[in-house]
Amino acid sequence: MYPFSFTKAAGTREALEAGRRGGRYIAGGTTLVDLMRETVERPRTLVDISALPMREVTDTARGGLRIGALVRMAEAAAHPKVRTLYPVISQALELSASAQLRNMATIGGNIMQRTRCAYFRDVTAACNKREPGSGCAALQGYNRTHAILGTSDHCVATHPSDVAVAFAALEASVHLLGPDGERSVPFADFLLQPGDTPNREQALRPGELITAVEIPPHPGPLKSGYMKVRDRQSYEFALTSAAVALHVRGGVIRQAKIAVGGVGTVPWRLPAVERRLTGRRPSDALWAEAAEGAAEGARPLTHNRFKVELLKRTVERQLRIVGGTK
Amino acid sequence: MEEPIPAQPSETAAVPTAPPVRPTRRTFITATTAAGATVATGGLVAGPSRVGAAAPAESPPTSPVSLSVNGDRHTVTVDNRTSLLDLLREHLGLTGSKKGCNAGACGACTVLVDGRRVNSCLTLAVRLEGAEVTTIEGLADGDRLHPLQQAFIDQDAFQCGYCTPGQIMSGVGCMQEGHSGSAEEIREWMSGNICRCGCYVKIVRAVEQAAGRK
Ligand SMILES: Cc1cc2nc3c(=O)[nH]c(=O)nc-3n(C[C@H](O)[C@H](O)[C@H](O)COP(=O)(O)OP(=O)(O)OC[C@H]3O[C@@H](n4cnc5c(N)ncnc54)[C@H](O)[C@@H]3O)c2cc1C
Ligand code: FES
Ligand code: FES
Repeated sequence: MYPFSFTKAAGTREALEAGRRGGRYIAGGTTLVDLMRETVERPRTLVDISALPMREVTDTARGGLRIGALVRMAEAAAHPKVRTLYPVISQALELSASAQLRNMATIGGNIMQRTRCAYFRDVTAACNKREPGSGCAALQGYNRTHAILGTSDHCVATHPSDVAVAFAALEASVHLLGPDGERSVPFADFLLQPGDTPNREQALRPGELITAVEIPPHPGPLKSGYMKVRDRQSYEFALTSAAVALHVRGGVIRQAKIAVGGVGTVPWRLPAVERRLTGRRPSDALWAEAAEGAAEGARPLTHNRFKVELLKRTVERQLRIVGGTK
Repeated sequence: MEEPIPAQPSETAAVPTAPPVRPTRRTFITATTAAGATVATGGLVAGPSRVGAAAPAESPPTSPVSLSVNGDRHTVTVDNRTSLLDLLREHLGLTGSKKGCNAGACGACTVLVDGRRVNSCLTLAVRLEGAEVTTIEGLADGDRLHPLQQAFIDQDAFQCGYCTPGQIMSGVGCMQEGHSGSAEEIREWMSGNICRCGCYVKIVRAVEQAAGRK
């Protein structure tokens, strides 16, 4: 780990000022400290933001929910409103990392986490994300856990967050505060696909702070849930995952929101699958028919072809769990 | 400009300022390997008198931090890179907490910070101003073992014992959080602690015993 200076911001203004001078925010530290130790990250100054007033889960005037950026993963998952309104968020969080890490890590830090690609973490390997122009060792390397959707010739790394998949499905927005004031970015625009600049990962401007993630109101009743398929039962990143939210009224699916994880360079929405479901009546046959299109556009690599079929089955199974059967 | 060779976490020097602590063999070795001749004096010999003294030009940034560990107050000056795990093991002589992966992936370093179980390897000591830390050394009440410590013995829930302090601290957190309602629940909520010896079945039984379910 390289040496760094450390300051703890007493308030938001002080944090932004330190951020403007190039300081790096630290929240739970669970991924930043790890990557600093690997020398993948080399901040010269750390700005501790844990004292900032972004710790609350609050109702929004529009009828949605606002989760402060410093709310810990464990707290967000256990929050009664989150659990009852959006089980998909609670489930995605509780299927993430470990109880210890969830006690430390925050919602803001979670959506900012960087890929777990082994070549990204290995400073001796070629990686365009870490070292633009150095190449991508994963393309010809061991790429079993890598992405099949949203990839480019420059990067095939997955975004590892689970709760980001739930946020994508629920069409959340990310609230930001910078030197030029506040703004809000739709979740779909917040995490960036690699294209030819895989080193650019979020639509965050230098020095900007995430203050909250907002879930918009959804028509009720909304049934939702998260499924995660992995190499071991717990404490492991997803090979595939599916966040499903269904609004069913009068026996008809009025709205379907689906995003998948473990397969994309960013959380991946499935609008074609959603369209196939909308206006139809829940049935096993419908789940299978809709899920058939889950991997549309996939570009598998040498070792991750299995993800195509696994993804379809993950989506089909989660549709059945959330939507039930006749 | 060429960056200096990064010092590993365990090699970062912390300077205890109160109470003064003699450098142990362990701190001596690590500090010299990390810092080489130039910085060693800054980190090492330093007692309270060095606080506030200008740091040698090359020395990495340090910060004072005051925290309580198992009820004892410590005021130390740490290299900002020092993890809580290294502070405990290398500088406070509390070697019960173990270093398995140093990356949040094994749980051997689990301690309680302000009552919550966390991975001390990913916790920067410099952030712990005012914090209350409980390690495995602080769990027993005098000679009376904590019920979970006793349960680990009763259930024979270890082989090599390397993961055990982390398992026990995590188990204490698991019970306090109310996640010890069934064997399945314990398995899931204890998944952040890996046991290479594969004692999982008995570890779950030990937590069940301490939680009063067995
Ligand atoms: C062993 C292990 C297993 C894991 N398994 C999973 C898993 O299964 N699923 C999963 O989703 N995650 C998993 N994680 C990742 C974990 O969830 C993240 O490390 C965590 O959520 C990051 O949050 P943090 O608060 O600790 O972030 P930090 O490490 O503090 O920060 C991460 C980044 O975000 C920036 N940042 C933080 N807060 C803000 C803010 N408010 N505004 C602007 N920038 C900010 C920091 O500057 C930094 O760049 C795992 C991690 C480990 C170590
Ligand atoms: S040493 Fe901290 S989790 Fe492995
Ligand atoms: S007892 Fe040996 S690692 Fe758990």
